[in-house]
Amino acid sequence: MSWISKTFSSSIGRKIIMAVTGLFLCSFLVVHLVGNLQLFKADNGVAFNAYSEFMGHNPLIRALEIVLVLGFGFHIYEGLALAAKNRAARGGQGYVSDHIEQNSSWHSRSMAMLGSIVLFFLVVHLYNFFGSLRFTDVPRDANGNEDAYTLVLEAFKNPLYVVLYVVAQFALLYHLLHGFSSAFQTLGLTHRKYTPAIKLVGYAFSIIVCAAFAAMPVYFYFFK
Amino acid sequence: MAGSNPNAKPMNLTLKVWRQKNRNTQGGIVDYQVKDISPDMSFLEMLDVLNEDLLRKGEEPVAFDHDCREGICGSCNLFINGRAHGPEAGTTTCQLHMRKFSDGDTITIEPWRAAAFPVNKDLSVDRSAFDRIIQAGGYVSVNTGGTPDANEIPIPKEIADRAFEAATCIGCGACVASCKNASAMLFVSAKVSQLALLPQGHVERKTRVENMVAQMDKEGFGACTNIGSCAAECPVGISLENIAILNHEFLAAKATSNNLA
Ligand code: HEM
Ligand code: SF4
Ligand code: FES
Repeated sequence: MSWISKTFSSSIGRKIIMAVTGLFLCSFLVVHLVGNLQLFKADNGVAFNAYSEFMGHNPLIRALEIVLVLGFGFHIYEGLALAAKNRAARGGQGYVSDHIEQNSSWHSRSMAMLGSIVLFFLVVHLYNFFGSLRFTDVPRDANGNEDAYTLVLEAFKNPLYVVLYVVAQFALLYHLLHGFSSAFQTLGLTHRKYTPAIKLVGYAFSIIVCAAFAAMPVYFYFFK
Repeated sequence: MAGSNPNAKPMNLTLKVWRQKNRNTQGGIVDYQVKDISPDMSFLEMLDVLNEDLLRKGEEPVAFDHDCREGICGSCNLFINGRAHGPEAGTTTCQLHMRKFSDGDTITIEPWRAAAFPVNKDLSVDRSAFDRIIQAGGYVSVNTGGTPDANEIPIPKEIADRAFEAATCIGCGACVASCKNASAMLFVSAKVSQLALLPQGHVERKTRVENMVAQMDKEGFGACTNIGSCAAECPVGISLENIAILNHEFLAAKATSNNLA
């Protein structure tokens, strides 16, 4: 094995893959959120559809899309594989009496479960919007852009989707409340001056991003 | 007993103890009653009372590891009421006193659990995986010769203090026992950062971290997810900062060492 594959198949190397892909996915969340905020514009989707058309056809964005798929792929594969390895490391016989809740937080112990909820959401979410836009002929709006806005409007008439989307944002919230600062620790980027700030930014980031995403289905269901 | 509290009332306790004949047999919890336990006893002295009782009855005493009984050797590894070294923070089992419990309590006592720490017998586990990790790189090579002058190598006080803090790890394994992932990263990181901080450790700095991490993985310990149970349960307070140092040392070594394999 070469030193590179050895590095990234070691426990620390695999953790570094988790941290780098995790922070990359955080940057994706920012881009995705900023674009989607146009759903709240009172223009019946004109701006959102133009943005969506751009994202669907710009070659640079299409190239970045491949990076995004790889980022998700590595994060999900390594996340689930590490969770299985860690369960095996614990050994067959568990503790009869275990008070792990006295020394650690629930969400930090539930990253794989929270990630799996996000994964389930991701599949449904891609089916809802990405699948229709990429693989079917969607009606066009007055400007000739694919009418993604109406897809959103229709999807969020279904209360089941609204509930799933909101629950998934709670899962993502708790995933990131631990994950954001955890990634810095994994990368060895800790310092008594900056770590408290990283924690604070992580909390603010998680809450703002997830609340804004969760507001979208709620807004469409109740106000549109 | 000298220095004992005359008002302390002796306690009667129910113990739920993990009993297991050897590595290859299934174990299980067995209930015992112990009577007239002084609150001034240490947890291990309480187990001594139980064992004397068992010997008198002609039963097999409970095997448990212990050596110094003063909190420095790291042998006394018991998982007590769901916590490594019991409910008291910053203490080894041998330094845990019975006054932390009350008359009539039920106490569950189990061995460390981890695939890399097989149970030898009852509460005694095999922690030789830790020894093999240390053998892989947790040392400095020193040439023999005349006695060097004590102040020959200047080390700033702040660095010396941080290295000393990391050096206080007693290798007890509470970090592994408490971790949801049975990760040995806190233990490994304590040794790696201690020696990375000191000039004496710089000669083997890169090979040390590469080899210790490789051995840690080979022994079957899990990968850290930064949950923090380890540092919370560590009897000497090794901090999570050391794991960040370990990750950083590992990456830097992998990127710059001459080791191509
Ligand atoms: C947009 C979505 C996601 C973002 C922004 C994200 C972000 C993160 C971050 C920043 C970490 C911390 C990495 C570290 O501790 O070094 C993390 C850990 C983790 N993620 Fe995600 N994640 C996402 C989706 C998922 C999905 C779909 C899964 C699927 C199972 C998943 C599974 C995990 C697991 C198991 C961990 C803990 C791994 C470890 O610490 O070793 N995540 N995530
Ligand atoms: S780091 Fe703490 S808990 Fe782990 S072996 Fe060292 S002293 Fe024990
Ligand atoms: S017996 Fe040595 S630390 Fe407890």
